[in-house]
This record gives sequence, structure tokens and C-alpha cells, in this order.
Amino acid sequence: MTTAALPDTDPPKRGWYKRNEIAVTPWLFLAPAILFFAVYVIIPIFQSFSISLYDWDGLGQAEYIGLANYQELMNDRAFEVSLWNNLKWLVFYLLAIPAGLFIALFLNQTVTGIRIYKSLFFFPFVLSQVVVGLVFAWFYLPNEGLLSNMLALVGLGPVNVLGDPTWATYGIILAGLWPQTAYCMILYLTGLNAVDPEQVEAARLDGAKGWKMLWYVIIPQLKPATFIAFVVTIIGALRSFDLISIMTNGGPFGQTRVLSFYMFEKALSEYGFRMGYGAAIAVVLFLIMLVFIAYFLWSMYREEKGH
Amino acid sequence: MFPRPIQQASAPAQTAYKTMLPIALILWLLPLIAVAIFSIKPATDFTQGNYWGVPGSVELFNNYGQVFFNSDMPRYMLNSVLITVPTVIGAVALSAMAGFALGVYKFRSNIWVFFMFVAGNFVPFQILMVPVRDLTLDMGLYNTKTGLVLFHIAFQTGFCTLFMRNFIRALPFPLIEAARVEGVAEWRIFWFVVLPLMKPALAALAVLIFTFIWNDYFWAIVLTQGPDAQPVTAGITSFNAQYRAAYHLMSAGSIVAALPPVLMFFLMQKHFIAGLTLGAVK
Repeated sequence: MTTAALPDTDPPKRGWYKRNEIAVTPWLFLAPAILFFAVYVIIPIFQSFSISLYDWDGLGQAEYIGLANYQELMNDRAFEVSLWNNLKWLVFYLLAIPAGLFIALFLNQTVTGIRIYKSLFFFPFVLSQVVVGLVFAWFYLPNEGLLSNMLALVGLGPVNVLGDPTWATYGIILAGLWPQTAYCMILYLTGLNAVDPEQVEAARLDGAKGWKMLWYVIIPQLKPATFIAFVVTIIGALRSFDLISIMTNGGPFGQTRVLSFYMFEKALSEYGFRMGYGAAIAVVLFLIMLVFIAYFLWSMYREEKGH
Repeated sequence: MFPRPIQQASAPAQTAYKTMLPIALILWLLPLIAVAIFSIKPATDFTQGNYWGVPGSVELFNNYGQVFFNSDMPRYMLNSVLITVPTVIGAVALSAMAGFALGVYKFRSNIWVFFMFVAGNFVPFQILMVPVRDLTLDMGLYNTKTGLVLFHIAFQTGFCTLFMRNFIRALPFPLIEAARVEGVAEWRIFWFVVLPLMKPALAALAVLIFTFIWNDYFWAIVLTQGPDAQPVTAGITSFNAQYRAAYHLMSAGSIVAALPPVLMFFLMQKHFIAGLTLGAVK
């Protein structure tokens, strides 16, 4: 009734954009990021799935061969070795989490100079994996390396860690644990900083101390830090490539290959440009990762709903 | 505080702790200390088998001078800078915008777009390798810094958007509401209200991405070859091939290659750690 009487309160004629500003703006802001991400990340994932069904050298005509690449994988000894090594990486790389917690507990004090100690303990994480790989490769050298020289002091013979098919993978994982432990340490130092002091005091009054205190009072409060440590360690384990490429280049006798490295070898190195076969290996690696990605996203989703 | 502050422990325990600290640190950094020592030894030490004895002489300037003036190292370092800096700017800019959109606006597909970025960020590189290399070849950007930069921007946008969005979510929303009531245009809210509040996040991301990209090796060898475009992580392998068994030069080269992110870390430590540990506390 009154609206008819007040024609001049009508909003002035506004453009389409003005009327839809709230709905359109987020998409305008998202557009460049989505475009880049789609072109370089999302679409290539599907392309890899498709390429894995072809026999293709990267240059000539690709020939559709169905699942033949995957059938070949089933009987490929090198693939099997890579898969086992990936499993070793997953299991042993996770040692970075307890090791990081241990160092964090050791350093969580307030003595003079502790901040410098914390930074220097964290420092390996800042180095590139290439440098870490070189540093450890030299550390392991059978004659010149520091490790053999230190063992010689206690009367043990020289060891050739990276030349031994059984031990080489563990040697590389140990090198990888060095920066990864530093990362977990810094996560836990931040987590320990935020532990509720009142709960700790209350638990102390109840007589909790040492391991019991750590297990029942402290670790539950460190859950967010543990979750992030778990995520980054799993991803790091499955992405391991640089260290292997630098330290052993897959050898000796291909015994240190992992899927990510074997894929690169098949697709791009001197072993021939087998893009389709390489893509099939990448798909397997992706599917393994997908299990973890689904778990991570599910955890995050629950978290979001909780808010 | 846990563990119990050492000040409350007995005097011998305190002394023990204070002596253990430096010993633990030296053990922790031992492989690196070894390389640092190698890098100042003269070549003759290695030919004579004096690997771990007292250095015959200190060749700090000679060895590092070789690296700087007598090799391709400076070119590789420059390439690294020219790859890393544009990537940092690009990824931070794209993700600040995307993070703003996902953090401030409520629309139905919001969480799915967000999860797309998060999931993409976890993907193993190898699944992208063949198509991305192919795309880069098709665009004529193979073996160029631009090709590498474009990919890095795209991939880092995943992690950066996750970071920015969570940071913006924690900002006081009434501030944005107030600006809207005042009739401020949405893009102005982004530029004048939200962006100034995001400075700590921008700084944290910038140092993190700098380190990640500087240290990248995989994409460097997939998308580039040779000293024209290769960054220092890939260049160091050719450098080492050139100076095979010249450990004093190889170690000096590695230390030089590692230095920029290390400096970045020590100068911007607060931001660096804030960035890495975002989400580690509730």
C-alpha cells in the first residue's frame, strides 16, 4: 500500500553486476586460480588416465592398446620392487613423527640460547633434497665418507651403504628422515607451546608424570600437530624422488627404485620414451595416494562441519 | 609446561642438560659439518687421502671463488631467482584472491571448490608429468623459465589457497559486514579491508613458497635442460659431473646452492615457522 505512495524510494536503476555483486564477485576472484589449477593440475590428471591406455613415445602417433600397459605391470619385476620400496618408505618415513616429538620434548625448555638451538635443529628442513642427498651420499662414501671413518675408530670395517642392494633404500630413507624429523619437531614445538598448563598442573597434582603424563595428557592435546605431521609425512614418503635420483639413481641393480622414480625412468630417461607405460605407473601411484587424500579430506570435512 | 622446566631439576641434571644440548646439535648436523669442512680443504688433501685429518690449508676463498667465477653456478643461481620470484608473486596473488572468495562468501559449491584445491595439492607430481610436459612443449615453453614459472604458480596455488582461506576465516567477519553496510564495493573490501589484515599470511606464504620453489628439482629436470633455463638444484648435478671427485668444489657448490633459502629462513624465521605450523594448534 505504502510502496505505491512512495515511488521515488525505488532503487535507482543499477547494472546487472551491481544487482548480483555478492553472487558474482567470488567467482571473479576465483577465476584466475581455477583456470591455472584446472589447466595444470586437474585436467592433466584425467589426461594421464587416458594416456595410460596408449602406446606412445611422446612424439609419434599414439596407439590405443586398452589395458595392455597394466597387464604388463603385473609381470614387471622392477614394478614389484618399486612397490615394495614405496611401502618401506611409507612405514619407515613415519618414524619422523615420534623422532620429531622426542626432539621437541628435549628442546622444550627455557635455557639461554634455546631459540638458536631450535632454529639450528630445524635447519635441515630448509635445505633442498638435492643438497640433503649429496650431503648424505658423501657421508656414506665407503672410503672417504665420515660414516666409514667413524666406524673405523671403533674397529669396524668400511661399509658401502648405497652400494648394497639390501641397505641402500634404508640409507636413503634415513637421509629423508633428517629434514622430515626437523619438520615434525617444529610442529610439535608449536603444539607443546599451546598445551594447557592448567591441565598439566592438575594432572601433576593427581600424581601423573613421565610417560603416563605424556601419553594421557600431552599427546591428546597435540592431536592437531600429529594430524599435520601425518599428512605431510605420508605425502613426502610417496613423493620421494629427488633423494633417490641424486643418491643412487635407482641402483644398485634398480633396488632403490620407487614408483615415482620408476615412472620417470620409463617415460623420460634413457630407458626409452614410454609415455603410456609411465602414465600407467603414475596412475597406480595416484590411486595409492587417493586412499590417503580421501582420508585427509574426510577428516577436514568433519572438522568443517564441527565449526 | 611439559616436560617439567629444567630449572626445577637438581643442579647436576641442569648441567647435564646444558652439556647435552651442544653435543646433540653437533651430532644432528654432523653430515652438514662434514661438507662444510670439505668445502674449505685444498684439492691436495683429497689426492693424498687426507679426508678427515687436519686441512692442509684453508682454501675458503679459492674454493668458493672457483664456484663463483669459474663455473656456470652464477647462471644457475640467476635462473633460480628468475624462476622463484615471479612464482612467489603469482602464487600469492592468485591465492589471496581465491582465499578471499572462499573465506568470505557463502555459496553452495564453496567447500567443493576448496576441496579441489586441497586435493590437487596432495597429488603425486608424476601423474601430472606427461601431460604438463606435453602442454609446455605445445606452448613452445619447454626449456624456458616461463614454462616452469607457469606450472609452479598453478601447483602452488593449491597449498596457498588452503592457507589463505583458513587465515581469512579467522579474521573478524563483522569488519567486512560493516564495510558492506557502508556500501563499499566488494573489490574495495578485498583491497582496503582484507588485504591489509592479511600481511602476516602474505609474508609467511612468500617465504615458504620461495623455499619450496628454490628447492624444486623434479620439475626442473622435467621441463628444462641446460644452463639457459635450469635452476641451481638441477645445475648442481652438471656442476658435480664437471668436477667429479673434486670434493672441495662439489661441497662448496652445494653450500652456495643451499644458501638463499637458508638466509631467507634465518631472516624471516618468525613468518616461516608461523606458515609451516598453521593449523598445528587449535
